[in-house]
Amino acid sequence: MKIHQLSLFLENKPGHLGNAVKLLAENNLNIATLSLADTEQFGILRLIMPEWEQARQLLAGAGFVVKVTEVVAIEVSDRPGGLNDILRVIGATGLNIEYMYAFSKRRGEAAILLLRFSDPDAALAALRAGGGIKLVTAAEMFG
Amino acid sequence: MNKPYPDAPVFDEDETMSRDELTFEQINGLRRVVCNAKNVEFYREKLRDLEPEDIKKPDDLWRLPFTTKEDLRQNYPLKMLAVGRDKISRVHGSSGTTGKPTIVAYTENDVDTWANLCARFLFAGGLRSSHFAHIAFGLGMFTGGFGLHFGINRVGAAIVPAAAGNTRRQVMLLKDLAADALICTPSYALTIAETMREEGIAPDDLPLSLGFFGGEIWTEEMRARIEKELGVFATNNYGLSELIGPGVAGECRYRCGMHIQEDHFLVECLNPQTLKPVKIGEEGELVFTALTKEAMPIIRYRTRDIAALNYAPCECGRTGARMSRVRGRTDDMLIIRGVNVYPSQIEEAMLRVSGAVSPHYLIEVDRPKQLDVVTLKVELTPENFSDRMDEMQTLRDRIAREVQVSAQIGVNVELLAPQSLERAAGKAVRVLDKRNLNH
Ligand SMILES: [Zn+2]
Repeated sequence: MKIHQLSLFLENKPGHLGNAVKLLAENNLNIATLSLADTEQFGILRLIMPEWEQARQLLAGAGFVVKVTEVVAIEVSDRPGGLNDILRVIGATGLNIEYMYAFSKRRGEAAILLLRFSDPDAALAALRAGGGIKLVTAAEMFG
Repeated sequence: MNKPYPDAPVFDEDETMSRDELTFEQINGLRRVVCNAKNVEFYREKLRDLEPEDIKKPDDLWRLPFTTKEDLRQNYPLKMLAVGRDKISRVHGSSGTTGKPTIVAYTENDVDTWANLCARFLFAGGLRSSHFAHIAFGLGMFTGGFGLHFGINRVGAAIVPAAAGNTRRQVMLLKDLAADALICTPSYALTIAETMREEGIAPDDLPLSLGFFGGEIWTEEMRARIEKELGVFATNNYGLSELIGPGVAGECRYRCGMHIQEDHFLVECLNPQTLKPVKIGEEGELVFTALTKEAMPIIRYRTRDIAALNYAPCECGRTGARMSRVRGRTDDMLIIRGVNVYPSQIEEAMLRVSGAVSPHYLIEVDRPKQLDVVTLKVELTPENFSDRMDEMQTLRDRIAREVQVSAQIGVNVELLAPQSLERAAGKAVRVLDKRNLNH
Protein backbone atom coordinates (compact mmCIF):
# COMPACT_ATOMS: atom_id res chain seq x y z
CA MET A 1 0.00 0.00 0.00
CA LYS A 2 0.97 3.64 -0.04
CA ILE A 3 3.33 4.64 2.73
CA HIS A 4 4.45 8.21 3.48
CA GLN A 5 8.13 8.78 3.10
CA LEU A 6 10.19 11.80 4.17
CA SER A 7 13.03 12.86 1.89
CA LEU A 8 15.74 15.10 3.28
CA PHE A 9 18.47 16.97 1.50
CA LEU A 10 21.84 16.46 3.19
CA GLU A 11 25.18 17.99 2.48
CA ASN A 12 27.75 15.26 2.39
CA LYS A 13 29.62 16.54 5.40
CA PRO A 14 30.46 14.75 8.62
CA GLY A 15 27.66 15.06 11.12
CA HIS A 16 24.85 16.07 8.79
CA LEU A 17 23.20 12.64 8.71
CA GLY A 18 23.82 12.23 12.44
CA ASN A 19 22.18 15.57 13.24
CA ALA A 20 18.93 14.62 11.55
CA VAL A 21 18.77 11.19 13.16
CA LYS A 22 19.71 12.56 16.57
CA LEU A 23 16.98 15.20 16.41
CA LEU A 24 14.37 12.51 15.74
CA ALA A 25 15.68 10.27 18.51
CA GLU A 26 15.64 13.12 21.03
CA ASN A 27 11.98 13.62 20.25
CA ASN A 28 11.17 9.90 20.56
CA LEU A 29 10.24 9.55 16.93
CA ASN A 30 10.93 6.05 15.64
CA ILE A 31 12.49 5.38 12.30
CA ALA A 32 11.15 2.16 10.77
CA THR A 33 13.80 2.25 8.08
CA LEU A 34 15.98 4.64 6.19
CA SER A 35 17.92 4.71 2.99
CA LEU A 36 20.61 7.11 1.88
CA ALA A 37 21.34 7.93 -1.74
CA ASP A 38 24.44 10.01 -2.01
CA THR A 39 26.97 11.53 -4.33
CA GLU A 40 30.37 12.88 -3.46
CA GLN A 41 28.85 16.21 -2.55
CA PHE A 42 25.27 15.77 -1.35
CA GLY A 43 22.81 13.08 -0.40
CA ILE A 44 19.12 12.39 -0.14
CA LEU A 45 18.02 10.68 3.04
CA ARG A 46 14.73 8.79 2.85
CA LEU A 47 12.90 7.95 6.05
CA ILE A 48 9.94 5.71 6.75
CA MET A 49 8.35 6.65 10.07
CA PRO A 50 4.98 6.05 11.73
CA GLU A 51 4.85 9.65 12.98
CA TRP A 52 6.03 11.15 9.72
CA GLU A 53 3.93 14.32 10.02
CA GLN A 54 5.44 15.27 13.38
CA ALA A 55 8.88 14.40 12.08
CA ARG A 56 8.38 16.58 9.01
CA GLN A 57 7.47 19.60 11.11
CA LEU A 58 10.36 19.03 13.45
CA LEU A 59 12.92 18.67 10.64
CA ALA A 60 11.58 21.60 8.64
CA GLY A 61 11.64 23.71 11.80
CA ALA A 62 15.28 22.79 12.28
CA GLY A 63 16.09 24.12 8.81
CA PHE A 64 16.15 20.92 6.78
CA VAL A 65 14.66 20.80 3.31
CA VAL A 66 12.05 18.05 3.66
CA LYS A 67 9.72 16.62 1.10
CA VAL A 68 6.88 14.14 1.67
CA THR A 69 6.44 11.51 -1.01
CA GLU A 70 4.47 8.29 -1.21
CA VAL A 71 6.03 4.90 -1.78
CA VAL A 72 4.42 1.54 -2.35
CA ALA A 73 5.23 -1.27 0.10
CA ILE A 74 5.26 -4.89 -1.11
CA GLU A 75 6.06 -8.05 0.84
CA VAL A 76 8.77 -10.20 -0.66
CA SER A 77 7.91 -13.85 -0.05
CA ASP A 78 10.53 -15.86 1.76
CA ARG A 79 11.46 -18.28 -1.00
CA PRO A 80 14.02 -18.40 -3.81
CA GLY A 81 13.05 -16.09 -6.67
CA GLY A 82 10.60 -14.07 -4.53
CA LEU A 83 12.06 -10.72 -5.57
CA ASN A 84 12.37 -11.78 -9.17
CA ASP A 85 8.64 -12.64 -9.29
CA ILE A 86 7.72 -9.18 -8.08
CA LEU A 87 9.96 -7.42 -10.55
CA ARG A 88 8.55 -9.54 -13.35
CA VAL A 89 4.98 -8.49 -12.48
CA ILE A 90 5.99 -4.84 -12.31
CA GLY A 91 7.87 -5.17 -15.57
CA ALA A 92 4.74 -6.55 -17.23
CA THR A 93 2.70 -3.51 -16.14
CA GLY A 94 5.12 -1.18 -17.89
CA LEU A 95 5.48 0.96 -14.73
CA ASN A 96 8.73 2.83 -14.29
CA ILE A 97 10.43 2.44 -10.90
CA GLU A 98 12.17 5.65 -9.88
CA TYR A 99 14.01 3.92 -7.07
CA MET A 100 13.52 1.16 -4.53
CA TYR A 101 14.97 -0.22 -1.34
CA ALA A 102 14.22 -3.14 0.96
CA PHE A 103 14.20 -3.84 4.66
CA SER A 104 12.94 -6.45 7.08
CA LYS A 105 11.23 -5.60 10.34
CA ARG A 106 12.66 -8.48 12.35
CA ARG A 107 15.23 -11.14 11.79
CA GLY A 108 13.74 -14.08 9.93
CA GLU A 109 10.64 -12.22 8.77
CA ALA A 110 9.75 -11.55 5.16
CA ALA A 111 11.43 -8.51 3.65
CA ILE A 112 9.44 -5.46 2.61
CA LEU A 113 10.25 -3.75 -0.64
CA LEU A 114 9.62 0.00 -0.88
CA LEU A 115 9.15 1.34 -4.38
CA ARG A 116 8.82 4.85 -5.64
CA PHE A 117 6.71 5.35 -8.76
CA SER A 118 6.01 8.68 -10.42
CA ASP A 119 2.27 7.98 -10.03
CA PRO A 120 1.75 5.81 -6.93
CA ASP A 121 -2.04 5.48 -7.43
CA ALA A 122 -1.73 4.24 -10.98
CA ALA A 123 1.02 1.89 -9.82
CA LEU A 124 -1.19 0.46 -7.05
CA ALA A 125 -4.06 -0.16 -9.43
CA ALA A 126 -1.77 -1.86 -11.91
CA LEU A 127 -0.15 -4.02 -9.23
CA ARG A 128 -3.54 -5.11 -7.88
CA ALA A 129 -4.67 -6.01 -11.36
CA GLY A 130 -1.41 -7.84 -12.03
CA GLY A 131 -2.08 -10.29 -9.19
CA GLY A 132 0.30 -12.37 -7.11
CA ILE A 133 1.63 -9.38 -5.21
CA LYS A 134 1.11 -8.85 -1.50
CA LEU A 135 0.80 -5.17 -0.72
CA VAL A 136 1.71 -4.03 2.81
CA THR A 137 -0.42 -1.42 4.61
CA ALA A 138 0.92 1.23 6.96
CA ALA A 139 -0.76 -0.56 9.86
CA GLU A 140 0.99 -3.83 9.01
CA MET A 141 4.23 -2.09 8.43
CA PHE A 142 4.40 -0.25 11.75
CA GLY A 143 2.39 -2.79 13.73
CA MET B 1 3.91 57.34 -24.70
CA ASN B 2 4.37 60.88 -26.03
CA LYS B 3 7.86 62.25 -26.55
CA PRO B 4 7.81 65.99 -26.11
CA TYR B 5 10.78 66.89 -28.33
CA PRO B 6 10.14 70.06 -30.21
CA ASP B 7 12.38 72.98 -31.12
CA ALA B 8 15.89 73.43 -29.85
CA PRO B 9 18.21 70.43 -30.19
CA VAL B 10 20.40 71.15 -27.17
CA PHE B 11 20.21 73.17 -23.98
CA ASP B 12 23.67 74.64 -24.29
CA GLU B 13 25.66 75.24 -27.50
CA ASP B 14 28.81 73.88 -25.89
CA GLU B 15 27.27 70.42 -26.08
CA THR B 16 27.84 70.38 -29.84
CA MET B 17 31.34 71.82 -30.07
CA SER B 18 33.59 69.98 -32.53
CA ARG B 19 35.98 67.31 -31.24
CA ASP B 20 38.88 69.63 -32.11
CA GLU B 21 37.43 72.45 -30.04
CA LEU B 22 36.78 69.97 -27.29
CA THR B 23 40.42 68.83 -27.31
CA PHE B 24 41.54 72.44 -27.13
CA GLU B 25 39.19 73.07 -24.19
CA GLN B 26 40.43 69.94 -22.46
CA ILE B 27 44.10 70.91 -22.75
CA ASN B 28 43.28 74.33 -21.35
CA GLY B 29 41.24 72.66 -18.65
CA LEU B 30 44.09 70.33 -17.69
CA ARG B 31 46.47 73.27 -17.36
CA ARG B 32 43.95 74.98 -15.10
CA VAL B 33 43.59 71.79 -13.03
CA VAL B 34 47.35 71.41 -12.57
CA CYS B 35 47.56 75.03 -11.48
CA ASN B 36 44.63 74.79 -9.07
CA ALA B 37 45.62 71.40 -7.65
CA LYS B 38 48.93 72.82 -6.48
CA ASN B 39 46.87 74.56 -3.79
CA VAL B 40 46.04 71.15 -2.30
CA GLU B 41 48.65 69.50 -0.15
CA PHE B 42 47.70 66.03 -1.39
CA TYR B 43 48.46 66.99 -5.01
CA ARG B 44 51.32 69.45 -4.43
CA GLU B 45 53.99 66.81 -3.93
CA LYS B 46 52.64 64.61 -6.74
CA LEU B 47 52.70 67.54 -9.17
CA ARG B 48 56.11 68.88 -8.09
CA ASP B 49 57.76 68.30 -11.46
CA LEU B 50 54.85 69.37 -13.60
CA GLU B 51 53.93 72.90 -14.59
CA PRO B 52 50.68 73.86 -16.34
CA GLU B 53 52.53 74.75 -19.55
CA ASP B 54 54.00 71.21 -19.70
CA ILE B 55 50.54 70.04 -20.76
CA LYS B 56 50.62 70.32 -24.55
CA LYS B 57 48.55 67.44 -25.86
CA PRO B 58 45.79 65.18 -24.51
CA ASP B 59 48.26 62.35 -23.82
CA ASP B 60 50.08 64.52 -21.30
CA LEU B 61 47.23 63.57 -19.00
CA TRP B 62 49.12 60.32 -18.41
CA ARG B 63 51.72 62.25 -16.47
CA LEU B 64 49.14 63.14 -13.82
CA PRO B 65 48.60 61.04 -10.68
CA PHE B 66 45.50 58.97 -9.92
CA THR B 67 43.10 59.76 -7.09
CA THR B 68 41.16 57.06 -5.26
CA LYS B 69 38.22 57.00 -2.90
CA GLU B 70 40.67 56.08 -0.15
CA ASP B 71 42.68 59.27 -0.85
CA LEU B 72 39.52 61.30 -0.33
CA ARG B 73 38.71 59.42 2.84
CA GLN B 74 42.14 60.13 4.25
CA ASN B 75 41.68 63.80 3.51
CA TYR B 76 38.38 63.97 5.35
CA PRO B 77 36.72 66.36 5.76
CA LEU B 78 38.08 69.35 3.83
CA LYS B 79 41.81 68.77 3.27
CA MET B 80 41.29 68.64 -0.50
CA LEU B 81 40.11 72.25 -0.64
CA ALA B 82 41.95 74.44 -3.15
CA VAL B 83 40.25 77.63 -2.00
CA GLY B 84 39.62 79.29 1.36
CA ARG B 85 36.57 78.43 3.44
CA ASP B 86 35.12 81.84 2.68
CA LYS B 87 34.82 80.89 -1.01
CA ILE B 88 32.74 77.76 -0.30
CA SER B 89 29.11 77.98 -1.23
CA ARG B 90 27.94 74.44 -0.40
CA VAL B 91 29.13 71.06 0.87
CA HIS B 92 27.79 67.59 0.16
CA GLY B 93 28.81 64.11 1.19
CA SER B 94 28.87 60.72 -0.39
CA SER B 95 26.97 57.96 1.32
CA GLY B 96 29.54 56.29 3.54
CA THR B 97 28.44 52.68 3.71
CA THR B 98 31.70 51.90 5.48
CA GLY B 99 33.10 54.37 8.00
CA LYS B 100 33.19 58.09 7.38
CA PRO B 101 31.62 59.67 4.31
CA THR B 102 33.68 61.73 1.90
CA ILE B 103 32.90 65.43 1.88
CA VAL B 104 32.85 67.45 -1.31
CA ALA B 105 32.68 71.24 -1.54
CA TYR B 106 31.53 73.74 -4.17
CA THR B 107 32.24 77.39 -4.87
CA GLU B 108 29.47 79.56 -6.20
CA ASN B 109 30.78 78.95 -9.73
CA ASP B 110 30.83 75.18 -9.11
CA VAL B 111 27.19 75.27 -8.02
CA ASP B 112 26.34 77.24 -11.14
CA THR B 113 28.24 74.84 -13.42
CA TRP B 114 26.50 71.91 -11.77
CA ALA B 115 23.02 73.34 -12.35
CA ASN B 116 23.91 73.80 -16.00
CA LEU B 117 25.20 70.24 -16.36
CA CYS B 118 22.01 68.81 -14.84
CA ALA B 119 19.88 71.09 -17.02
CA ARG B 120 21.69 69.76 -20.10
CA PHE B 121 20.85 66.12 -19.50
CA LEU B 122 17.32 66.87 -18.29
CA PHE B 123 16.73 68.81 -21.51
CA ALA B 124 18.35 66.03 -23.56
CA GLY B 125 15.89 63.56 -22.02
CA GLY B 126 12.89 65.76 -22.90
CA LEU B 127 12.32 68.14 -19.96
CA ARG B 128 10.99 71.56 -20.98
CA SER B 129 10.10 74.74 -19.09
CA SER B 130 6.35 74.02 -19.30
CA HIS B 131 6.72 70.75 -17.35
CA PHE B 132 6.17 69.77 -13.73
CA ALA B 133 9.05 67.65 -12.47
CA HIS B 134 8.44 65.43 -9.46
CA ILE B 135 11.69 64.71 -7.69
CA ALA B 136 11.77 61.86 -5.22
CA PHE B 137 15.19 62.62 -3.74
CA GLY B 138 15.56 64.37 -0.41
CA LEU B 139 17.53 67.60 -0.12
CA GLY B 140 20.30 66.21 2.04
CA MET B 141 24.04 65.62 2.01
CA PHE B 142 23.51 63.25 -0.92
CA THR B 143 24.13 65.15 -4.18
CA GLY B 144 21.09 63.76 -6.03
CA GLY B 145 18.49 66.03 -4.48
CA PHE B 146 20.15 69.43 -4.76
CA GLY B 147 21.76 68.66 -8.12
CA LEU B 148 18.52 67.79 -9.87
CA HIS B 149 16.62 70.48 -7.98
CA PHE B 150 18.77 73.26 -9.45
CA GLY B 151 18.91 71.49 -12.81
CA ILE B 152 15.11 71.55 -13.11
CA ASN B 153 15.18 75.15 -12.01
CA ARG B 154 17.71 75.98 -14.74
CA VAL B 155 15.53 74.36 -17.40
CA GLY B 156 12.70 76.50 -16.08
CA ALA B 157 10.34 73.66 -15.22
CA ALA B 158 8.29 73.52 -12.01
CA ILE B 159 9.87 71.59 -9.14
CA VAL B 160 7.75 69.23 -7.05
CA PRO B 161 10.18 68.45 -4.21
CA ALA B 162 8.44 65.31 -3.00
CA ALA B 163 11.61 64.03 -1.28
CA ALA B 164 12.11 60.41 -0.32
CA GLY B 165 9.69 57.99 1.31
CA ASN B 166 5.93 57.69 1.86
CA THR B 167 5.26 56.18 -1.54
CA ARG B 168 1.46 56.38 -1.31
CA ARG B 169 1.71 60.11 -0.80
CA GLN B 170 4.11 60.33 -3.75
CA VAL B 171 1.60 58.52 -5.96
CA MET B 172 -1.13 60.88 -4.81
CA LEU B 173 1.03 63.92 -5.64
CA LEU B 174 2.01 62.52 -9.03
CA LYS B 175 -1.64 62.14 -9.87
CA ASP B 176 -3.08 65.29 -8.33
CA LEU B 177 -0.35 67.64 -9.54
CA ALA B 178 -0.24 65.90 -12.93
CA ALA B 179 3.55 65.76 -13.05
CA ASP B 180 5.15 65.32 -16.47
CA ALA B 181 8.48 64.00 -15.28
CA LEU B 182 9.60 61.67 -12.50
CA ILE B 183 13.14 61.83 -11.14
CA CYS B 184 14.37 59.10 -8.81
CA THR B 185 16.40 55.88 -8.67
CA PRO B 186 15.23 53.10 -11.01
CA SER B 187 14.43 50.83 -8.08
CA TYR B 188 12.27 53.51 -6.50
CA ALA B 189 10.44 53.95 -9.80
CA LEU B 190 9.45 50.28 -9.54
CA THR B 191 8.33 50.79 -5.95
CA ILE B 192 6.10 53.64 -7.13
CA ALA B 193 4.70 51.40 -9.88
CA GLU B 194 3.95 48.70 -7.33
CA THR B 195 2.13 51.15 -5.07
CA MET B 196 0.13 52.38 -8.06
CA ARG B 197 -1.02 48.82 -8.71
CA GLU B 198 -2.04 48.43 -5.07
CA GLU B 199 -4.00 51.66 -5.25
CA GLY B 200 -5.63 50.61 -8.50
CA ILE B 201 -4.04 53.41 -10.52
CA ALA B 202 -3.26 52.54 -14.15
CA PRO B 203 -0.32 54.11 -16.05
CA ASP B 204 -2.84 55.99 -18.20
CA ASP B 205 -4.34 57.63 -15.12
CA LEU B 206 -1.12 59.65 -14.75
CA PRO B 207 -0.03 62.21 -17.34
CA LEU B 208 3.59 61.28 -16.56
CA SER B 209 5.59 61.04 -19.80
CA LEU B 210 9.26 61.31 -18.81
CA GLY B 211 11.49 59.51 -16.34
CA PHE B 212 15.07 60.39 -15.36
CA PHE B 213 16.75 57.59 -13.50
CA GLY B 214 20.21 57.16 -12.07
CA GLY B 215 22.18 56.64 -8.89
CA GLU B 216 22.43 52.87 -9.15
CA ILE B 217 23.23 50.08 -11.58
CA TRP B 218 20.18 48.98 -13.57
CA THR B 219 19.39 47.02 -16.73
CA GLU B 220 17.49 47.35 -20.01
CA GLU B 221 14.95 44.85 -18.66
CA MET B 222 14.28 47.21 -15.76
CA ARG B 223 13.92 50.12 -18.18
CA ALA B 224 11.32 48.19 -20.20
CA ARG B 225 9.39 47.39 -17.03
CA ILE B 226 9.47 50.97 -15.75
CA GLU B 227 8.33 52.33 -19.11
CA LYS B 228 5.45 49.89 -19.28
CA GLU B 229 4.33 50.28 -15.69
CA LEU B 230 4.66 54.07 -15.46
CA GLY B 231 4.03 55.01 -19.09
CA VAL B 232 7.19 57.09 -19.36
CA PHE B 233 10.10 57.58 -21.74
CA ALA B 234 12.96 56.64 -19.41
CA THR B 235 16.51 57.95 -19.67
CA ASN B 236 19.58 56.98 -17.73
CA ASN B 237 21.97 59.45 -16.14
CA TYR B 238 25.28 59.13 -14.37
CA GLY B 239 27.23 61.04 -11.79
CA LEU B 240 29.45 60.75 -8.77
CA SER B 241 29.57 63.10 -5.81
CA GLU B 242 33.39 63.01 -5.97
CA LEU B 243 33.21 64.58 -9.43
CA ILE B 244 30.22 66.87 -8.88
CA GLY B 245 27.10 64.71 -8.42
CA PRO B 246 24.52 63.93 -11.11
CA GLY B 247 25.36 65.64 -14.40
CA VAL B 248 28.53 63.84 -15.43
CA ALA B 249 26.70 62.01 -18.22
CA GLY B 250 23.16 61.45 -19.45
CA GLU B 251 21.22 59.96 -22.32
CA CYS B 252 19.72 61.91 -25.20
CA ARG B 253 16.48 60.90 -26.97
CA TYR B 254 18.35 58.26 -29.00
CA ARG B 255 19.35 56.42 -25.82
CA CYS B 256 22.43 54.74 -27.19
CA GLY B 257 24.73 55.43 -24.26
CA MET B 258 25.07 58.44 -21.96
CA HIS B 259 26.77 61.53 -23.39
CA ILE B 260 29.67 62.43 -21.14
CA GLN B 261 29.92 66.18 -20.58
CA GLU B 262 33.46 66.16 -21.84
CA ASP B 263 33.97 69.90 -21.75
CA HIS B 264 33.85 69.51 -17.94
CA PHE B 265 35.03 65.95 -17.36
CA LEU B 266 37.93 64.33 -19.14
CA VAL B 267 37.29 60.61 -19.36
CA GLU B 268 39.60 57.61 -19.65
CA CYS B 269 38.64 53.97 -19.89
CA LEU B 270 41.41 51.87 -18.39
CA ASN B 271 42.20 48.27 -17.66
CA PRO B 272 41.84 48.25 -13.85
CA GLN B 273 44.90 46.01 -13.44
CA THR B 274 47.42 47.57 -15.80
CA LEU B 275 45.90 51.09 -15.71
CA LYS B 276 46.53 51.27 -19.47
CA PRO B 277 43.74 52.36 -21.83
CA VAL B 278 41.57 49.56 -23.17
CA LYS B 279 40.78 49.47 -26.89
CA ILE B 280 38.00 51.91 -27.79
CA GLY B 281 34.68 50.19 -27.29
CA GLU B 282 35.97 47.67 -24.77
CA GLU B 283 34.87 47.67 -21.16
CA GLY B 284 37.19 49.18 -18.59
CA GLU B 285 37.24 51.28 -15.46
CA LEU B 286 36.14 54.86 -16.02
CA VAL B 287 38.60 57.45 -14.74
CA PHE B 288 37.60 61.12 -14.72
CA THR B 289 39.41 64.42 -14.33
CA ALA B 290 37.19 67.40 -13.47
CA LEU B 291 38.31 70.25 -15.72
CA THR B 292 36.34 73.15 -14.32
CA LYS B 293 35.89 72.52 -10.61
CA GLU B 294 37.26 75.24 -8.36
CA ALA B 295 36.69 74.21 -4.75
CA MET B 296 38.00 70.67 -4.96
CA PRO B 297 40.07 69.80 -7.99
CA ILE B 298 40.02 66.11 -8.74
CA ILE B 299 42.53 64.44 -11.02
CA ARG B 300 42.15 61.04 -12.66
CA TYR B 301 39.58 59.83 -10.18
CA ARG B 302 39.21 56.07 -10.29
CA THR B 303 35.46 55.51 -10.23
CA ARG B 304 35.66 51.68 -9.98
CA ASP B 305 32.71 51.71 -12.41
CA ILE B 306 33.08 49.42 -15.40
CA ALA B 307 31.67 50.68 -18.71
CA ALA B 308 32.64 51.10 -22.36
CA LEU B 309 33.06 54.31 -24.39
CA ASN B 310 31.68 55.09 -27.83
CA TYR B 311 33.10 58.04 -29.79
CA ALA B 312 30.92 57.62 -32.90
CA PRO B 313 28.88 60.74 -33.72
CA CYS B 314 25.33 60.72 -32.32
CA GLU B 315 22.29 61.69 -34.34
CA CYS B 316 21.29 64.25 -31.72
CA GLY B 317 24.29 66.42 -32.55
CA ARG B 318 25.96 66.26 -29.15
CA THR B 319 29.65 65.58 -29.56
CA GLY B 320 30.41 64.20 -26.11
CA ALA B 321 31.49 60.54 -26.12
CA ARG B 322 28.86 58.13 -24.88
CA MET B 323 29.40 55.72 -22.02
CA SER B 324 27.53 52.44 -21.81
CA ARG B 325 25.51 51.50 -18.78
CA VAL B 326 27.72 50.73 -15.81
CA ARG B 327 28.23 47.00 -16.14
CA GLY B 328 29.61 46.46 -12.65
CA ARG B 329 32.13 47.65 -10.12
CA THR B 330 35.80 46.75 -10.07
CA ASP B 331 35.34 45.86 -6.40
CA ASP B 332 33.02 43.04 -7.38
CA MET B 333 34.82 42.04 -10.55
CA LEU B 334 36.56 38.71 -10.67
CA ILE B 335 39.04 37.77 -13.33
CA ILE B 336 38.74 34.07 -13.93
CA ARG B 337 41.07 32.48 -16.46
CA GLY B 338 41.34 35.92 -18.04
CA VAL B 339 37.58 36.47 -18.30
CA ASN B 340 35.94 39.32 -16.37
CA VAL B 341 33.06 38.02 -14.29
CA TYR B 342 30.57 39.99 -12.20
CA PRO B 343 28.32 38.55 -9.52
CA SER B 344 25.38 40.09 -11.40
CA GLN B 345 25.98 37.64 -14.25
CA ILE B 346 25.81 34.70 -11.87
CA GLU B 347 22.62 36.15 -10.44
CA GLU B 348 21.05 36.42 -13.90
CA ALA B 349 21.86 32.77 -14.54
CA MET B 350 20.38 31.68 -11.27
CA LEU B 351 17.17 33.61 -11.92
CA ARG B 352 16.76 31.72 -15.18
CA VAL B 353 16.98 28.41 -13.35
CA SER B 354 14.96 29.35 -10.30
CA GLY B 355 12.35 31.80 -11.50
CA ALA B 356 11.23 34.39 -9.01
CA VAL B 357 14.06 34.79 -6.55
CA SER B 358 17.73 34.05 -6.79
CA PRO B 359 18.82 31.60 -4.13
CA HIS B 360 21.73 32.51 -1.88
CA TYR B 361 25.06 31.69 -3.39
CA LEU B 362 28.78 32.11 -2.95
CA ILE B 363 31.36 32.19 -5.70
CA GLU B 364 34.56 30.58 -4.49
CA VAL B 365 37.65 30.97 -6.63
CA ASP B 366 40.81 29.01 -6.05
CA ARG B 367 43.93 28.13 -7.96
CA PRO B 368 44.99 24.68 -6.77
CA LYS B 369 47.52 24.29 -9.62
CA GLN B 370 47.95 26.59 -12.58
CA LEU B 371 44.32 27.12 -13.41
CA ASP B 372 41.54 29.01 -11.65
CA VAL B 373 38.82 26.75 -10.35
CA VAL B 374 35.42 28.23 -9.58
CA THR B 375 32.99 26.60 -7.22
CA LEU B 376 29.53 28.04 -7.13
CA LYS B 377 27.87 27.14 -3.86
CA VAL B 378 24.12 27.41 -4.08
CA GLU B 379 21.70 27.01 -1.22
CA LEU B 380 18.88 24.68 -2.07
CA THR B 381 15.33 25.99 -1.76
CA PRO B 382 12.33 23.78 -0.94
CA GLU B 383 11.01 24.52 -4.45
CA ASN B 384 14.21 23.24 -6.04
CA PHE B 385 14.48 20.05 -4.03
CA SER B 386 13.53 16.76 -5.60
CA ASP B 387 13.94 13.45 -3.87
CA ARG B 388 15.16 11.91 -7.10
CA MET B 389 18.90 11.85 -7.50
CA ASP B 390 18.74 12.26 -11.28
CA GLU B 391 16.65 15.43 -10.98
CA MET B 392 19.08 16.88 -8.47
CA GLN B 393 21.95 16.19 -10.83
CA THR B 394 19.95 17.88 -13.59
CA LEU B 395 19.42 20.95 -11.42
CA ARG B 396 23.15 21.13 -10.79
CA ASP B 397 23.94 20.80 -14.49
CA ARG B 398 21.38 23.44 -15.42
CA ILE B 399 22.88 25.99 -13.04
CA ALA B 400 26.34 25.30 -14.46
CA ARG B 401 25.06 25.60 -18.02
CA GLU B 402 23.25 28.91 -17.40
CA VAL B 403 26.36 30.36 -15.74
CA GLN B 404 28.36 29.29 -18.77
CA VAL B 405 25.89 31.19 -20.96
CA SER B 406 25.84 34.36 -18.80
CA ALA B 407 29.44 34.61 -17.71
CA GLN B 408 31.31 32.40 -20.15
CA ILE B 409 33.04 30.43 -17.45
CA GLY B 410 32.79 26.84 -16.34
CA VAL B 411 31.92 26.33 -12.69
CA ASN B 412 31.52 23.39 -10.35
CA VAL B 413 28.14 23.70 -8.72
CA GLU B 414 27.74 22.55 -5.14
CA LEU B 415 24.29 22.33 -3.66
CA LEU B 416 24.09 23.31 -0.01
CA ALA B 417 21.47 23.03 2.69
CA PRO B 418 19.46 26.24 3.26
CA GLN B 419 20.94 28.79 5.63
CA SER B 420 24.39 27.25 5.40
CA LEU B 421 26.06 30.27 3.80
CA GLU B 422 27.04 33.08 6.10
CA ARG B 423 24.93 36.21 6.01
CA ALA B 424 26.78 39.41 6.78
CA ALA B 425 24.74 42.24 8.23
CA GLY B 426 23.09 44.13 5.41
CA LYS B 427 25.10 42.84 2.51
CA ALA B 428 25.41 39.24 1.38
CA VAL B 429 28.93 37.94 0.82
CA ARG B 430 28.98 36.81 -2.80
CA VAL B 431 32.62 36.17 -3.51
CA LEU B 432 35.40 34.33 -1.73
CA ASP B 433 38.65 34.61 -3.62
CA LYS B 434 41.15 32.19 -2.13
CA ARG B 435 43.75 32.69 -4.83
CA ASN B 436 45.65 35.40 -3.02
CA LEU B 437 45.97 33.35 0.12
CA ASN B 438 47.92 30.62 -1.62
CA HIS B 439 50.71 32.75 -3.08
ZN1 LIG C 1 22.87 61.80 -28.59
